[in-house]
Amino acid sequence: MSNVTSAVPDFRFTPTIDQVGVEERVAKLNTRSIKKESKMFALKLALSMVDLTTLEGMDSPGKVRQLCQKAMHPHDAVDDIPKVAAVCVYPTFVRTAKETLKGSGINVASVATAFPSGWAPLQSKLDEVRFCVDEGADEIDMVISRGEFLKGNYSYIFDEVAQVKEACGPAHLKVILETGELQTLDNVRRASDISMYAGADFIKTSTGKVSPAATQPVTLVMLEAIRDYYYKTGKKIGMKPAGGIRDAKTAIRYLVMVKETLGADWLNPDLFRFGASTLANDLLMQIVKQQTGVYQSIDYFSKD
Amino acid sequence: MYMGGAFPRSESERYYPLNDKKGNFIANICLGSRKDFRNAVVAARKAFDGWAARSAYNRGQILYRIAEMMEGRKDQLVAELVKEGSSPKAAQKEAETAIDRVVYFAGWTDKYQQVFGNVNPVASSHFNFSNPEPTGVVSVIAPQNESLLGFVQTIIPIIAGGNVVVVQASEMKPLATLTFCEILHSSDVPGGVVNVITGKTKELASHFSSHMDVNAVVFCEDDSSLKKLIQENASLNVKGVVHRQVKDYYSDENENPYLILDLQEIKTTWHPVGI
Repeated sequence: MSNVTSAVPDFRFTPTIDQVGVEERVAKLNTRSIKKESKMFALKLALSMVDLTTLEGMDSPGKVRQLCQKAMHPHDAVDDIPKVAAVCVYPTFVRTAKETLKGSGINVASVATAFPSGWAPLQSKLDEVRFCVDEGADEIDMVISRGEFLKGNYSYIFDEVAQVKEACGPAHLKVILETGELQTLDNVRRASDISMYAGADFIKTSTGKVSPAATQPVTLVMLEAIRDYYYKTGKKIGMKPAGGIRDAKTAIRYLVMVKETLGADWLNPDLFRFGASTLANDLLMQIVKQQTGVYQSIDYFSKD
Repeated sequence: MYMGGAFPRSESERYYPLNDKKGNFIANICLGSRKDFRNAVVAARKAFDGWAARSAYNRGQILYRIAEMMEGRKDQLVAELVKEGSSPKAAQKEAETAIDRVVYFAGWTDKYQQVFGNVNPVASSHFNFSNPEPTGVVSVIAPQNESLLGFVQTIIPIIAGGNVVVVQASEMKPLATLTFCEILHSSDVPGGVVNVITGKTKELASHFSSHMDVNAVVFCEDDSSLKKLIQENASLNVKGVVHRQVKDYYSDENENPYLILDLQEIKTTWHPVGI
């Protein structure tokens, strides 16, 4: 047996998850009170971690350009507001986004591999990934084949992720587990481990098309998987909860979980992202509220 | 307190005792905070679209229902007004007048548009018309003395016109108002249309008038420093400011559709014709 295969664990025996324990831990962390300067720090940090996302059938080049403008200029009325981390679009709009964001330092992420269901032949998934990279995508958000995973065909998932990683070339790979379809936290942990060992740079909870999307217990399980992987291999994998995180308060709770599970190293946009569209405006409203003391209204913030 | 169709408790340690005229303890009242107000505005904003989109007729039916429910719980309202210091006779009169006012404004819900709306003569080939539309979320500091009639007289015309309200109840006479909230709750009024906070004007007024998601503010006291504060804060997002000073809540002048119009905005439409 070569060294390479022995480094990969047997995924039938990944650690099992105590659901009650996870929920209790989340509830405990949610009691942390983040106020004043630390709140301001957290709000700005969270904004810099947002992947502004539009993934609708009715998207248009105009809508994508508008979203890119929002990414570069979240709210110019107030000084010292950070830019978001990336803009996330369908493959067709990668070029438009790339051109609009030129020189801004904001990444373009593209969903790929027959997002959101993942039901397509492997070859066409790989072609799609190469297309996105050719168009200029800096990050690829792939979905795993949940159908194969739930059948127990774990080696299929491993090979799929590994091949997509290869097709990505220089682009970063985020692997969407779609935890809302994985049924149990044990499965979430197993899918996380498979993705990381197969080459994921980030693991991501959801497509946003399935309910429930990101939840705190699921995110905590994935963060713990990242921690264990780091202890074993020394490699830092990123985390991206996506879908359902709509307000600043929830976002800050996620940051607390990250800090407490992985430490301050992960509190930066290279290793933690929020996949969201409405979250950005709520963060902005809270930032302005902190600065002025006046509660804000969505009427005075640009819709993306 | 009543907000979003629920009766939440205040934050810990936040309450104030309510005494009757002789100083006997009646109850502890929730001391609403700026956070309670913030939550109430969120609930109100959520309720606004649905309430404004209801047919005028339906809003009228719901207002009639409020009056019916008040009639059914009149004895309780009267007893609470007496506890707050009214004579039994005055309390009876206040409750009955309040019910009459609800019926009065219920009748106007599907009529004020005809009275205040207009088709305008224009020189181009357009059909041009103006119609009143609700302003949005209205914050109200209710009158301090007439806890039931003053409250009803202030908020009913506002919601009759399709607005939603966040109200600070009378500080020292909140009993009948809170019973009125239970009446609203069981009268098909959707949660969030009327939100009531008990607490101190001194603490709440600056938030009532500064919150950017509030579209108009109504207050009733003759207090020049309060007036100045509200007008200055309201200028932040150009809120409508209405100062209601009523000498006599029993006079016929209170039966008046212009009270609905105060919290309406006129929308004019130019519709091309004959081309």
